[in-house]
Amino acid sequence: MNATKHSKLTGLLYLTPAIVFVLAFTAYPFFQMAWVSLNSWSLITPPKFVGLENFVRAFADSQFWVSLRFTLKYTLLITPILMVGGYLIALLTTTNTWLNRLTRTIVFMPVVIGLGASSFLWYWLFSANYGLVNKLLMDIGVIDQPILWLGVDATVSNWAVIISVVWKVLGFGMILFVAAIQGIPSEINEAALVDGASFWQRVRKVFLPLTRRTVLLVTLISVIGSLLAFDQFYIMTAGQPQNLTATSVFYVYLNSFPYLKLGYGAALSLLLAFIILMFTVIQIVLSRRSEA
Amino acid sequence: MTKVSLPTWTPETPTLEADLDRSRGRGIGTRFRAGRTKYLLGAICIALIVVMLAPLVFSVLASIKPTVEASAVPPNYFPTELSLESYDRLWNYGSGLPQYLGNSFMTAFLTIAMTLILTVPAGYGLARFPIPGKEVIFVLLLLALIIPYQALLTPIFLMFSSLGLTNSLLGLAIIHTTIQLPFSVYIMRNAFEAVPRELEEAAVVDGANSWQVLRRVFLPTMVPAVITVTLFAFVMSWNEFLGALVMLNRDASYTLPLILAAARSVTSLGSTDWGMLQAGVTIAVIPCVLVYLLLQKYYVSGLYSGAIK
Repeated sequence: MNATKHSKLTGLLYLTPAIVFVLAFTAYPFFQMAWVSLNSWSLITPPKFVGLENFVRAFADSQFWVSLRFTLKYTLLITPILMVGGYLIALLTTTNTWLNRLTRTIVFMPVVIGLGASSFLWYWLFSANYGLVNKLLMDIGVIDQPILWLGVDATVSNWAVIISVVWKVLGFGMILFVAAIQGIPSEINEAALVDGASFWQRVRKVFLPLTRRTVLLVTLISVIGSLLAFDQFYIMTAGQPQNLTATSVFYVYLNSFPYLKLGYGAALSLLLAFIILMFTVIQIVLSRRSEA
Repeated sequence: MTKVSLPTWTPETPTLEADLDRSRGRGIGTRFRAGRTKYLLGAICIALIVVMLAPLVFSVLASIKPTVEASAVPPNYFPTELSLESYDRLWNYGSGLPQYLGNSFMTAFLTIAMTLILTVPAGYGLARFPIPGKEVIFVLLLLALIIPYQALLTPIFLMFSSLGLTNSLLGLAIIHTTIQLPFSVYIMRNAFEAVPRELEEAAVVDGANSWQVLRRVFLPTMVPAVITVTLFAFVMSWNEFLGALVMLNRDASYTLPLILAAARSVTSLGSTDWGMLQAGVTIAVIPCVLVYLLLQKYYVSGLYSGAIK
C-alpha cells in the first residue's frame, strides 16, 4: 500500500517537467489567446474589452473569406494529387528490389529538407527570366514567351506552389503506403493471384480495402498540413497578387505581426484552431477505432 | 480519452523494411514483373528518380556558377565554369554565415536537449507507474497536436516579450520543443512499454531505486527511440520558418531559413542574387539529406509509428 503510493508519487515526479512545460507554453498561451481575442489591442495602446466584436468583424471581413477560400482551394487541389500520386508510386515500388528501394529513398528525400529551403529553390526555378522551368518549356517548344508564374495571377501562382509542394511531400504518403501494402498478409495476395486476379483487380479488391485506414489517416494529415500552409506562399508569392494567395495562417500572421492587431489576430487564430480541431478529432477517432 | 493512437514501439525491429523484407511484400508485384513490363516499370522508376533529383542538382549547380552566369537571362542548365563566388558572398553576408549556422545548430541543439529531458522521464512515468488520471495527463501532453502552434504564436510572442525571450535562440527552441513534444512523448512511452517487465523486476529485487532502474535497465534499450526523437527534433528545428520569422527580428539572431529570406532581397547586377540564394539553399539542405541518408531506417519507422499506428 505504502509502496504503491510511493510509486504513484515517483511516477508523477517523472511527468512533472513535461506537464509544467505544456501548461506554460501551450495551455496558458491558448487561454491568453482566448482572452486577447475579446479585446481590441494594438500593442501600443492598452487592451480594451470588446466582447465578440473581433469575431463579428471576421465574418464581415472579405479578406478573411478570401484567405479561407483560397486555403480550401489549395487543399482541395493538392490533396488528391498527393494521395493518388503517392499511392501509385507506392504500388510501383512496393517490392524490395534495389531499384525500387533507390526510387523510394530518392522520392522521400525532399520530405526531410525544409519547406523554406524548397520554396526558395522553386522560387528560383519558377522565376520568369532566371528560372529553369520557363527555360525548359521554351527549349522543348511548349511556350514561346516566359510565363509569369508567381505573384501575377492567383491561379497560376497556386499551381506553381502546388507543383513545388507536391515535389516536396509526395514521398511522405508514398513511404506510409508502401509500409501498409507490404503489411498485407501474403496469403491474401497469393489467394487473389491463384484466383487469376489481374494486378489492377488486386489493387481494387485487395490493396485499397486493406490499406484504407492508412489512406484515410495520410489524407487527414495532408489536409491539416495544407490548411496550415504558410511558408510556401509567404516565400513564393508573398500573398500576391492583391493578397489573393494569402492563406489563412498568412492572414493571421499579417494581422498579428506586421499590422499589430493582436485582438483581431487572436480571434482569427481561434477560428483557425477550431477548423483544424474538427479534422484532428476525426483523425483521433480513426486511430482509436483501429485499436479496438 | 484512452491511448490516442499508439503502436507498441519495437526497438528490436527498428527498420520497417528489414522487418517486412523477411516475411511479406514478396509476391505483391510478381506476375507483373515479367518481360517487357519489367523494363517499362524500371524506366518509370528511373524517370521518377531523375525528376525528383533534378531540382536539387540544378540548385547545387546554380550555386557554383560564376556570379554573372548565375543571373544570366536566359539561364544555362549547367555552369560553363566553376566558381565559389556565391559561397564567398554568402559567407560574408550580414553577420556572416558562421553566425547563422551557429544559431541554427544552437537552436536545434537546445530543442533536442529540452525534448529529451522532458520526454524520456515522461515516457518512463507514463509506461511504468500507476499514476491516477494517467490518460488525462497523456492527452494534456498531446495538446500541441490539437492546437496548432501556428495559431498560438501571438500569445507566445506576448509572453516571450515580457520574459525577454524574443530574439533569443532559447525562446525559439522552446517553441520548437512544444511542436515536437507530442510525437516524442508518443515514441518514448511506447519504447518504455516495449521493455519486458522481467528486466525491471530483476533490478528492483536487487534494491535499485526507480532512477537507477531508468539509467541502468531502460536507457540502454532506449537508444533507437532516442535516436528517432533526436532526428525528428533536429530536422524540424533546422527547417522551421514561421516561428523564427515571428520571434527573431535582429539580424544577429537569425537562423538559416531567415537568412534565405533576407538574402533573396540582396541584388547583384540588378536582380536577386540568385547564385547566393541557391548557395544558401544548398547549405540548408545538406545536413538534412545527410542525417536522412545515414539514419533512414529510424526516419521511416519513426514516421510510421508516429503517423499511422
